[in-house]
Amino acid sequence: MHVNLRVWRQAGPKAEGHFEDYAVDEVSPDMSFLELFDVLNEQLLADGVEPVAFDHDCREGICGSCSMMINGQAHGPERGTATCQLHMRKFEDGAHITVEPWRARSFPIVKDLAVDRGALDRIVEAGGYITVRTGSAPEANLTPIPKEVADWAMDAAACIGCGACVAACPNGAAQLFTAAKVSHLNLLPQGQSERYERVANMVDTMEEYFGSCTLHRECEAACPKEISIDFIAMMNRDYVKAQFKNRRLIAQK
Amino acid sequence: MTNYSIAPEPLDGKVPPGPIEHKWDDHKFASTLVNPANKRRFEVIVVGTGLAGASAAATLGELGYRVKAFCFQDSPRRAHSIAAQGGINAAKNYRNDGDSIYRLFYDTVKGGDYRAREANVYRLAQVSVDIIDQCTAQGVPFAREYGGLLDNRSFGGAQVSRTFYARGQTGQQLLLGSYQALERQINLGTVEMFPRTEMLELVVKDGVAVGIVVRNLVTGAVTSHSAHAVVLATGGYSNAFYLSTNAKGCNVTAAWRAHRKGAYFANPCYTQIHPTCIPASDDFQSKLTLMSESLRNDGRIWVPKDPSDTRSPDQIPEADRDYFLERRYPAFGNLVPRDVASRAAKREVDEGRGVGPLKNGVYLDFAEAIGRLGRHVLEERYDNLFEMYERITGEDPYKVPMRIYPAVHYTMGGLWVDYDLMTNVPGLYALGEANFSDHGANRLGASALMQGLADGYFVLPATISNYLAPQLGRSPVPTSDPVFQAAEAEVSERTKRFLAIRGTKSPDHFHRELGKIVWDNCGMARSQDSLTKALGEIPALRDEFYRDVKVLGGDMDFNQSLERAGRVADFLEFSELMCLDALHREESCGGHFRVEHQTEDGEALRDDDDFAYAGAWEFTGVGGAPVLHKEPLVFENVKLAQRSYK
Repeated sequence: MHVNLRVWRQAGPKAEGHFEDYAVDEVSPDMSFLELFDVLNEQLLADGVEPVAFDHDCREGICGSCSMMINGQAHGPERGTATCQLHMRKFEDGAHITVEPWRARSFPIVKDLAVDRGALDRIVEAGGYITVRTGSAPEANLTPIPKEVADWAMDAAACIGCGACVAACPNGAAQLFTAAKVSHLNLLPQGQSERYERVANMVDTMEEYFGSCTLHRECEAACPKEISIDFIAMMNRDYVKAQFKNRRLIAQK
Repeated sequence: MTNYSIAPEPLDGKVPPGPIEHKWDDHKFASTLVNPANKRRFEVIVVGTGLAGASAAATLGELGYRVKAFCFQDSPRRAHSIAAQGGINAAKNYRNDGDSIYRLFYDTVKGGDYRAREANVYRLAQVSVDIIDQCTAQGVPFAREYGGLLDNRSFGGAQVSRTFYARGQTGQQLLLGSYQALERQINLGTVEMFPRTEMLELVVKDGVAVGIVVRNLVTGAVTSHSAHAVVLATGGYSNAFYLSTNAKGCNVTAAWRAHRKGAYFANPCYTQIHPTCIPASDDFQSKLTLMSESLRNDGRIWVPKDPSDTRSPDQIPEADRDYFLERRYPAFGNLVPRDVASRAAKREVDEGRGVGPLKNGVYLDFAEAIGRLGRHVLEERYDNLFEMYERITGEDPYKVPMRIYPAVHYTMGGLWVDYDLMTNVPGLYALGEANFSDHGANRLGASALMQGLADGYFVLPATISNYLAPQLGRSPVPTSDPVFQAAEAEVSERTKRFLAIRGTKSPDHFHRELGKIVWDNCGMARSQDSLTKALGEIPALRDEFYRDVKVLGGDMDFNQSLERAGRVADFLEFSELMCLDALHREESCGGHFRVEHQTEDGEALRDDDDFAYAGAWEFTGVGGAPVLHKEPLVFENVKLAQRSYK
């Protein structure tokens, strides 16, 4: 196969970016999209051009590092697939492919296709956990959890934190990411003590960094783990309730 | 380098006295404690934020220590523990099938082919039950039965069902649990987090670890951090083989830098080849993908009896198939330990019975399980794995058998540590895959997650006070100290050296070449000839690297080729030690298979008289003759026996 790439190059966060065109020959259909970039980078290095910077690590769709806008779609055309698991057999011979970094103000560009997604960690810091001192946990089977509930929590917990939802959203909102974590923990009995404080803190922190959700559903379509926007509804419901139920506020009344 | 010398004194693992069931409790009681109010006076550096690093940093922060945590990824949540699929073992005995702490201990020592330290393994089995409680309380969504209680499965060679799992994403869920605990501490201010920051040097003053030198991968700035203790939780060295199931970023640099500064490296030849990976499809392949071993619970492994059989698998009748594991190991069948399963597959492929376009795999067939259990049960158990397989290969495993082949997956060797998980360099600790202690020569399935979390949540937080308590009132060595300045200069100089070579070949080229050398000569089967050959080729490749590597860009920049060059340079030094260790160990055990030492059936043949020790190597210079320190392994509880899975 042969492909024509148009790749966003940007030397640093403050530098001005631009597109560069590169042609890559001898592309194997069994190659992953990131392996295509490996080949491109070897080619650039041989030509004395600095390779394209891009984030990647596990290359099996679970670490959430890879982050490419491919022809305007976060992670490219295949549903439920991260860039590292997208294979060239999904493209036609001679295809023209435009590759950009995640586009969102809250993800400043580090270099070329690599961005800083630290804002997602700030949301987790704000309450995306269950407080358990190491060693203080009760016997694991003390609290039965209906299988459906555990499965549902797992559906939300499958989020890999790649940020495709933000990149795909016209508003640059992080609702799907935040809702996945809120729902994972708020669905479980272990998460109840901090339920309302959690949702309030996480949503408030999210609002500091990200745009607002207007239910476009682009996030759901882009999510490599196909996480449902039902979780956003669940988060919103808990957020509203939190305004009334926040235990600290109740205690003050 | 084929020369080495042997230290006259044996190495002491400082195993506490007393019966094995009491050692850990007695040791904790005998330990010196740091008063809760004084803990904030101590600073601890944790490098790596996988299961071991994140759980250690979170727990130490929670105890009140001031912690700095470092990772090279853009977020601590991305460490490679996240990719572990199958599960985590614990001796809960929820299935009432005869499991116990003693049985988990026994299985782990036996599975490790009697090359692990008994006391460490027993402690691992003891704390395994606490890990499940801890993680469940954190909200890790382990699989459950319809009654709402935790589900278990049998995994990789165990005859009891003691493995807890969260679909095929157990590592992800456990890591997110410890990552979240870590983020909580970051929010509370007890842990300061440094993402996209790589440790490039250990700083040692008067024989004691006092800090590290790091490079900010975004700005290129080289800075020092000092502390009372340094904890390395930096994973294994599978990527020495280039193609492995590890993430692209996994590297040996932190451990190797520590080794160069005096920390002994133990048993580097113990590498684990995982039997169920997707075979390579072409030369561009950048890594191999693991298919969880849990698939062996329901899949049957076979090859056509006739090497020239070109029929599609569904057209090959039962009579023409060889279910070679079931045939050779009737008791364990497809569930024999990883090393046994891997070598058996290698034998089939070497003898020409491999399947697939490159004849480099064996079939893992689910047709029988689909018939027996129904497709929905398999979907429930493995759907994400089947999907992943289809995405990579373009074949649907519900219809066509999977093709699998062994690949390097985990490394049992690592920095030598004593019972407290401290290396021979005072103040330097190693946790998780980065140390050598618990798996002997072969790790059992679902035990890596257990060990990472045991070390981070429960072992280190209890043992580190022994080292810290006597230092009360002493400040860490300031980073203005000449020893830090010298280390920083060394790092900057090395970084600049890679840029100055201006050769013709990429760091990846050298990495791939190195991978071929070690896979061919120090892979699933090793011989004196192959290892001697590798020991000749590696230094030559290293010389060529320093003559001809090409790295563009600058050092004060986000420069991924430069990062890679540094890691490849360290693999080029490390691999030599790995091959030397394999050459010196004139026996076969676990993941280390020397063709000269095998039984008539082709099984690993140990030599307990001469090799029942952990071999810990001391660095004496690149290409120099290292010194071998032997820690004798004493088996007081488990009787040494030839492993048999027939």
